[in-house]
Amino acid sequence: MTLRSWRPWLYLLPALALLITFTYVPVGNMVWYSFHKWDGLDPVMDPVGWDNYVRVFTDERYWRVFLISLYYFVASFAQIAIALYFAVVLSFSTRFRNLFKGILFFPYLLNGVAVGFVFLYLFQPGGTLDTVLRFLGLGDHTKLWLGDPDVANLSLAGTSVWRFTGLSFVLFLGAIQSIPGEIYEAADLDGANRWHQFRYIIAPGIRRIISLSFILAISGSLAVFEIPFLMTGGANGTRTFVIQAYETAFQFRQIGLASAMAVVLLAVVLLLTWIQRRVLPDDEVTLS
Amino acid sequence: MIRTGKYASLILASLVVLVPLVVVLFAAFKTHAEYSTTGPLTPPRDWLNFDNFVTAWKAGHMLRGFWNTTVILVVSLTGTVLVGTLAAYAISRFSFALKRLVLGLFLVAALVPGVTTQVATYQIVKSMGLVNTPWSAIVLFLGTDIVSIYIFIQFMESIPRSLDQAALIDGANRFTVYRRIILPLMRPAIATVVIIKGIAIYNEFYIPFLYLRSPELNVISTALFRFKGPYGAQWETIAACTMIVILPTVVIFLLLQRFIYNGITAGATK
Repeated sequence: MTLRSWRPWLYLLPALALLITFTYVPVGNMVWYSFHKWDGLDPVMDPVGWDNYVRVFTDERYWRVFLISLYYFVASFAQIAIALYFAVVLSFSTRFRNLFKGILFFPYLLNGVAVGFVFLYLFQPGGTLDTVLRFLGLGDHTKLWLGDPDVANLSLAGTSVWRFTGLSFVLFLGAIQSIPGEIYEAADLDGANRWHQFRYIIAPGIRRIISLSFILAISGSLAVFEIPFLMTGGANGTRTFVIQAYETAFQFRQIGLASAMAVVLLAVVLLLTWIQRRVLPDDEVTLS
Repeated sequence: MIRTGKYASLILASLVVLVPLVVVLFAAFKTHAEYSTTGPLTPPRDWLNFDNFVTAWKAGHMLRGFWNTTVILVVSLTGTVLVGTLAAYAISRFSFALKRLVLGLFLVAALVPGVTTQVATYQIVKSMGLVNTPWSAIVLFLGTDIVSIYIFIQFMESIPRSLDQAALIDGANRFTVYRRIILPLMRPAIATVVIIKGIAIYNEFYIPFLYLRSPELNVISTALFRFKGPYGAQWETIAACTMIVILPTVVIFLLLQRFIYNGITAGATK
């Protein structure tokens, strides 16, 4: 080892210090807290073994919130399908292409709190959605969109689709456009129709980004927080896992229990990512 | 036939995106009496009625919100660029033991969703005495950003090493190479990071909500959120404030469209 070998660490120091302080230490502490009963203030923590984990998996209040993720998970399939459809449509020449692209993408850039208010306004009784339904002669179908536990989660999942479809759409469009144009020309000469082009050129070309989107969809639907928290505060059966963890930690001061919830969530997300890496190995890990 | 379907679907989707926003814009220009007597789809009578905007701006202390957001934005972005480019310089231009481990640490950290660790992160920020100071948000925006480092590394790899070597032969030291050669050439990557990270910070709700509890520290997200309780019956004021928050996003999007698309793609696929 030469004397110089400490030099790169000097450049790395700020980034590593931040990374360790605000990612690795919290993860480590979280695991430690999860085996204790602690209110976040008391200097003494009571070790409780696996109790917190047992509670997360057996107490209905804690595991039920996992099921709420399913609404968002199913919604994210709709999101991917819609995004894929419009990405394919707009990858062929279309009038006002950039305008449509901009409109479809725009919601993703909006402030989450603003989105929350826009949709509270839309869903309120006698609000935009009810008015539009009446206008279309579907007046009988109006509901308490956020008040009725049977539909509240659907309304919130719909809001989430509205907000995030633009992101998937732009990612898919980018991937499709990176396929060289000559391939389409060659396919045209060979008499391939649009469906063939999609099936044999576009689909394989964007496989990686689609698999990435599914992983993001799964971890995203487990970590839903902003939209339900802002719009219903978790009322009417819309409490998600993160809202529950937030309340457990910051309102009921059960840090140990909340940490156990967070550890479970983290473990699930890491496991899913690992599976995805195994199933669809990354072709371009070139960072070294 | 297919073409009509294609345009019909595009127009339908555009309506689904725009109608919810346009009706809020309508509401923002209505008087209270007008709001309660007209339907949401009816345009306002007077497009120059800015009363609600004035009320919202004052009641929400939006000036303070924008100021706080701007301060946090400028400090965090400057910090992200410096910390990120320095780390990327070490990883891209030096060879050292444990490099793979360091890369692995960054890679795994990118997979940890920020919302899950706040329970424990809060205790750390609290023990540093940063809760209820702007620094809590700043260090968290700096410390949880792995994507930027990746964008920087990727870009730095495309800068020819012969430039470094030429400068080193001319007697420049390593830091001068970073400062005078690498950093100026990194401008496109820096622009990308500033844009996507800037948008993310402007829109962030959870971190300011958790750490900046005092009203003096409201950023625009939390300032808007405070309208929820007391103004529940005054939708026209909430609507105006929502539009105040959305307007800068519209302007930035119209000006920087191309950069935003590229930045989003670069950020998400790393």
